Amino acid sequence: MTVQTLPLDDTAVRRIRSDFPELGALVNGKPLVYLDSGATSLKPTNVLDAERWFAENFTAAVHRGAHTLAAEATEQFERARESVAAFVGADADEIVWTSNATEGLNLVAYAIGNATAGRGGAASAQFRLEPGDEIVVTESEHHANLIPWQELAARTGAVVRAIPVDDSGQVTLEAAAEVIGERTRIVAIAHVSNVTAAIAPVDGLVRLARAVGAFVVLDACQSVPHMPVDLHALDVDFAVFSGHKMLAPTGIGVLYGRRDLLNALPPFLTGGSMITTVTLESAEYLPAPQRFEAGTQRISQAIALAAACDYLSVVGLDRIAAHEHELGARLVDGLQQIDGVRLLGPTDAVARTGLAAFDLEGVHAHDAGQFLDDRGIAVRVGHHCAQPLHRRFGMTASTRASTYLYNTTDDVDAFLDALSGVRSFFGVSA
Amino acid sequence: MSGLESLYQQVILDHSREKHGFGLREGEAASSHQLNPTCGDELTLQVHLSEDGATINDVAWEGAGCSISMASASLLSDLAAGMPVADAPARIALFRELMRSKGAGVADDEPLGDAAVLEGVSRYIARVKCAMLAWVALEDSLAQLP
Repeated sequence: MTVQTLPLDDTAVRRIRSDFPELGALVNGKPLVYLDSGATSLKPTNVLDAERWFAENFTAAVHRGAHTLAAEATEQFERARESVAAFVGADADEIVWTSNATEGLNLVAYAIGNATAGRGGAASAQFRLEPGDEIVVTESEHHANLIPWQELAARTGAVVRAIPVDDSGQVTLEAAAEVIGERTRIVAIAHVSNVTAAIAPVDGLVRLARAVGAFVVLDACQSVPHMPVDLHALDVDFAVFSGHKMLAPTGIGVLYGRRDLLNALPPFLTGGSMITTVTLESAEYLPAPQRFEAGTQRISQAIALAAACDYLSVVGLDRIAAHEHELGARLVDGLQQIDGVRLLGPTDAVARTGLAAFDLEGVHAHDAGQFLDDRGIAVRVGHHCAQPLHRRFGMTASTRASTYLYNTTDDVDAFLDALSGVRSFFGVSA
Repeated sequence: MSGLESLYQQVILDHSREKHGFGLREGEAASSHQLNPTCGDELTLQVHLSEDGATINDVAWEGAGCSISMASASLLSDLAAGMPVADAPARIALFRELMRSKGAGVADDEPLGDAAVLEGVSRYIARVKCAMLAWVALEDSLAQLP
């Protein structure tokens, strides 16, 4: 395999853009400038077509029924799992379908809670939490990688501890080493922050966790869509990501778990399709991943997620990462030249991806977002589900522009140009 | 007037900076804390009544948020000063009707005074909550009165 390191050139981006129907839309009479892919991405026609193709040809519930359509649907469904597994350097039986990353994190947290309650027999003893055991997160986590652990702690007597970020919003190994200790059982961290764009030092964090025998849970929502990620190479125990942030529809996400761990973990949701033998008193469960997939699954969405992975692979994740790296650097440089902008996150382009959140002095994020929306520019405003991090920076809300493979330098420039007029519109500067 | 300019009329921008009624003090008859979890806007509002309890002397408030939520609290403070307590629920209901009118307005916005300039907000569904924040706090405060 040849490794492409060249970013996408203008022709390549133009070709990519033609695959995304919404990029032709007018918003408030202006061509859409979509800079909110960190929240959810646009979808290309091949993904939309794949979902429709499946619905038109293979409507059947999977892993049940013996008719031809049921067999073909199951075949397609499992092929999708293989594609998505290969996309992140995992094996197919290590990939559990979920609704989204949030559900994946809750699945792990509730399953560990079930293990702590004595479910899962001897195999699950390794997950049992004792009062005073510690679950370590970072100050910059998305609420989805914080609240499930708070709830788990409340149910088990464990304690949540947070690694503080530095003034640039980065998690350092020095700070992590102060918090990860012998009571640490779980280290739950984002690969890339959805606010600061900072890339976490995963290798070092995994080493610190391994040294004390803690499990590592990786929130890969902002990394898997944007850069090559090899979960086996990262050596994490569990990882989650969402389809809708990587060109796929809503309603489909992935939990990755190391095979031995998934098979030792008791189930979270129970019901049909995840069992071997059921009596009126009890049930026995299938191995992973089926033991975590109770009930009829999101089948066409899984097919569409595989199509999204195909699309991203054809373009090349390394080229996408290089492209976003350029756009991110342009964003950060441009933002720093606008009066009153305070960037949340590192200014060093090496340590960040292609998004940038910032405060605009004297103008609330909602007002800035409204002004940009009037010009057809879609950005995210608010706390981005990271209230503790905003509190750390002394604010309640920020504005975030996030790029993806279909964004151009013109998009970034249009955003920067519009943003430079915001403070004068609101009467904050001349 | 463009959509954006009708949303952010000068009087609204002025109120968002001047914040009439800003500053809490002791002696309130009731108070309410309101939070908009989608954007983190936050506001605490107090109702101060006349001795006989029949009239709103003034509403005092503190909070942080977007220009719409701040201006709306300021405009409400102007409107509520001297208002009979018995009249307040109808004014709040009228303001809510205006905010939910999707740009159509209401037949008679006279009882809302200057606060009627917030009509432009009703075209932006995502911002209606911002404008309602202080009014919901007043409604909640009044509901606590004996």
